[in-house]
Amino acid sequence: MRRLINRRPDIATRFGLMLLPFVLVIIAYMVASEARLSVNPNDKLLPGWSTISAAIERMAFQPDQRTGNYLLWTDTMSSLQRLGIGVAVATLIGGIFGVLQGLIPHFRATFSAFTGVLSMIPPLAVLPILFIMFGLGELSKVVLVAIGIAPFIIRDLALRTEAIPHEEIIKAQTLGASTWQIILRVVVPQMLPRLIDAVRLSLGAAWLFLIAAEAIASDSGLGYRIFLMRRYLAMDVILPYVMWITFLAFALDLALRLFQRAAFRWMYRGNGA
Amino acid sequence: MTRVVVENLWKVYGDQTVLENINFEVAPGSFISLVGPSGCGKSTFLRMMLGDEAPTRGRILIDGEVLEDEPSPDRGVVFQKYSVFPHLTALQNVMLGLELAQSPVLGRLFGRKRRSARVAAIEMLQSVGLSHAVNKYPAELSGGMQQRLAIAQALIKKPKILLLDEPFGALDPGIRAEVHEIMLRLWREEKMTIFMVTHDLSEAFKLGTRVIAFDRVRTRPEEMKAYGATITFDLKVDGKSIPPQAPAKPPLAAAAQ
Repeated sequence: MRRLINRRPDIATRFGLMLLPFVLVIIAYMVASEARLSVNPNDKLLPGWSTISAAIERMAFQPDQRTGNYLLWTDTMSSLQRLGIGVAVATLIGGIFGVLQGLIPHFRATFSAFTGVLSMIPPLAVLPILFIMFGLGELSKVVLVAIGIAPFIIRDLALRTEAIPHEEIIKAQTLGASTWQIILRVVVPQMLPRLIDAVRLSLGAAWLFLIAAEAIASDSGLGYRIFLMRRYLAMDVILPYVMWITFLAFALDLALRLFQRAAFRWMYRGNGA
Repeated sequence: MTRVVVENLWKVYGDQTVLENINFEVAPGSFISLVGPSGCGKSTFLRMMLGDEAPTRGRILIDGEVLEDEPSPDRGVVFQKYSVFPHLTALQNVMLGLELAQSPVLGRLFGRKRRSARVAAIEMLQSVGLSHAVNKYPAELSGGMQQRLAIAQALIKKPKILLLDEPFGALDPGIRAEVHEIMLRLWREEKMTIFMVTHDLSEAFKLGTRVIAFDRVRTRPEEMKAYGATITFDLKVDGKSIPPQAPAKPPLAAAAQ
């Protein structure tokens, strides 16, 4: 009998094992839902498939009676817009500050303690301040997402910039590169894929801040909808919304990974040395 | 033709003296091998030649002028590792030096200038035997090819001085001999002065026109901090036909290991 650490599943087994936990969760849900509904057909906590699919039909494919919107899509659009702008701003700030902080000693001396302290502020604690300063509109939500993840991106990128071998920076100087040229031709091209990694890692937090902001003050958005539906115990809407949010997060992550692979081929060539 | 003068050079880190009282002159077009045991300061000396570190005392003169205190294009370098840029192909790595010089803002060339830089870079790659790997990324190249690429990248700037920090240390013997030949040919063609740090004595004698050994003279534990390494051995290699020989002095025995 070989050791467990040396036994590797073949492709079919791996695929089956990958699906197994998902299947188990679905079965567990179905059993529990069945059990509750057989006692009380009006139970709202674990709705059956027919109730859920009716809710999906209602939210995604029928116009809302009051507004005429297809709610799932308008919610998705407004959430993705807030998330997208917030993440884009954080990425831009994180990229610029991270590279400068990692490369230029005077910049690091000025900002590294400052960003270190900023990153310790719990972003949700400043949400009231944002609401007061920027109002309850789109801006405060976008700003929350941006300031929620920017410090992480800055620090991650600064560390990765510092980790560029000193030899490379010296070599660039012996080739006549100025500081600006080193940033442009040596550091930034190598940091862009790292920046994508940092964004991928911070997307989870970005969603958290987005949903929190939407839950508190909003009139559309995925987070707004699930917190609204909570009042009616409408699990048949909340569950598909949560799955949809999960799917969106997963798809964004996958898209970023594929983009990184396609755009930065040098990272994946050869032995990766 | 470049004359290098090292005058009364000291390097001290905190209370640790690394190098003390280094004095020598280098004739133009020399190939200097720097040898010595680990930690004797030969790499520190090379970093001072680069301008990456400042001497604590003394100075280095190149053609009568004090060395710039930061790396510059008149001093090329090849390190043992990380000498080439992983995100650029072989061709882009070699073109980089030309692009940086001609395009201060974008660091990139376009049109006719780009084509002529490309031609020059391809020629350079040919002379180190990499014409078949022009569009490969460094990670796709073997260790020997990466070092040849690093040499080509440095030489496209036509540096007066080339600094080599154990450049062939990680290569297999066969490959190493191959790269040695390329290095000697380019050194003769480009008429530059080369400083090479190595811990391989046969390499030092095979390539160098002059072998300089750094070592500590005082080695009692209580003296280790206060006294640094200095030149213990300075030998001209005549016509480069001298075979590797056993070190004559005890301090160098450590260098062979």
